[in-house]
Amino acid sequence: MTVSVFSVVLGIAAAGASGLVGSFALMKRMTLAGDVVSHLALPGLGLAFLWHLNPLYGAAVTLAIGIVLIDQLQRRTGFTSETAIGVIFVAALAIGTLVTPTEDLIDALFGGLEQVTAGGFIAGMTGCAVVLGTLFILRHKLITIIFSPDLAASLGINVRRVNFVYLCAFGLTILLGLRSLGSLLVGAMIIVPAAAGRRLAKTLDQFLIASSVTSIAAVGLGFAIALRWNLTPGPTIVGVGSAIFALTLLRRG
Amino acid sequence: MMAIVAVKHLSVTLDGHPILRDVNFEIDEGESVAIIGPNGSGKTVLLKSMLGILPYEGEIIWQRGVTVGYVPQKIEADRTVPLNALALLRAKAGVIGCETNEIATTIARAGLTEEILTTQIGHLSGGQFQRTLIAFALLGNPRVLFFDEPTASMDEPGEEQIYDLIHRFQHEMKITPVVVSHDISFVYRYASRVLCLNRAGVCYGPPRGVLTAETLEQLFGSRTFYEHAPHS
Repeated sequence: MTVSVFSVVLGIAAAGASGLVGSFALMKRMTLAGDVVSHLALPGLGLAFLWHLNPLYGAAVTLAIGIVLIDQLQRRTGFTSETAIGVIFVAALAIGTLVTPTEDLIDALFGGLEQVTAGGFIAGMTGCAVVLGTLFILRHKLITIIFSPDLAASLGINVRRVNFVYLCAFGLTILLGLRSLGSLLVGAMIIVPAAAGRRLAKTLDQFLIASSVTSIAAVGLGFAIALRWNLTPGPTIVGVGSAIFALTLLRRG
Repeated sequence: MMAIVAVKHLSVTLDGHPILRDVNFEIDEGESVAIIGPNGSGKTVLLKSMLGILPYEGEIIWQRGVTVGYVPQKIEADRTVPLNALALLRAKAGVIGCETNEIATTIARAGLTEEILTTQIGHLSGGQFQRTLIAFALLGNPRVLFFDEPTASMDEPGEEQIYDLIHRFQHEMKITPVVVSHDISFVYRYASRVLCLNRAGVCYGPPRGVLTAETLEQLFGSRTFYEHAPHS
């Protein structure tokens, strides 16, 4: 198996974006919602495989539906939203598994490393730039909301809108990682590096940097190991990320 | 003199339950206003409506260009979040677009020590966290400061320090404080006007004029609150 420089560059850029998105997801305590969003990609992937379309187009459509759904659920506090999230989670997985052609199922769930086309590379890098730009613009507002939604609202921040835009950046990050990680594992690359970064950091800046570096290291090392021993890249990357997290547990904190 | 804020026929209904009904009052610049009332009388809801956090009926007319700082009663700080006071102040400075040197001025005014600035918010003591909230509210030089039960989780020396701080802001920075308080001695010592609230406005005026035994009984249903008052 060979891999182009473009795939690696795109993988690293997407890893940096997912480390940052994951840091905010961890602080916003929306890791569960993140899993649901990523699993909603599966029915889209499956239908696209079935109809011989670009699988990412299908995933984009169902991800968008997932984002609107999660946004609506988050607004309904008091309603047992966690239960609803759990149901959507398994339903998406079941429907996705049923509609995905058997020969494509493993790729859809765990990702496969295909060569990136020039168009795919440009689209992917643009996606990374959009995610990073969105987080950069929203960072002060997101932090204020994480501290206290009421204080944020008292400063004139439209809390719902900022949360929704963040969720869209989250969905886009999932889409960026879907090709190589698959819908079952892509959520892990949002959560695992952030969990490791959190163990290593005392301040916000350290946290954001540590999460991104962990994410990039997991993707880089994971790619290398997968190529060397001819393994499936998705599980290898997530395995390396989890190993880094396990190492951070050795540190007292 | 034009009122800094005028509240007219304010009513608030949350989830179908009426919380406030036809509340009317005005605050002039330079005053120090206390809001008192029993638990569940709508004090916090009143502040949040005035801040635009909660929807309401009626009118809340702020003088043009007035900014308001808000020190909420309690924030359940997430202990796992790696945020410290400095990061929070920087975030607010970014949101309201104020100069970075204002952060240093605010830190000095609120008396934030290096230790408070660099400790994760989840690990601060009650008093340290309160000062962090005050600094957050002060940044950007607001003309009005809302305090919701600023001494609720504090011991007596801590209370005195917070009251002194509020008093200083009023005189040195020309801030108009609006303080929700359970502490009747604070009302008598510092407030130029007091709003008695029990879902509707029960009284409004200078404490010594409006806080009669009858008003307090109407407000709290007994005289216990009144009997705690200092005999001055």
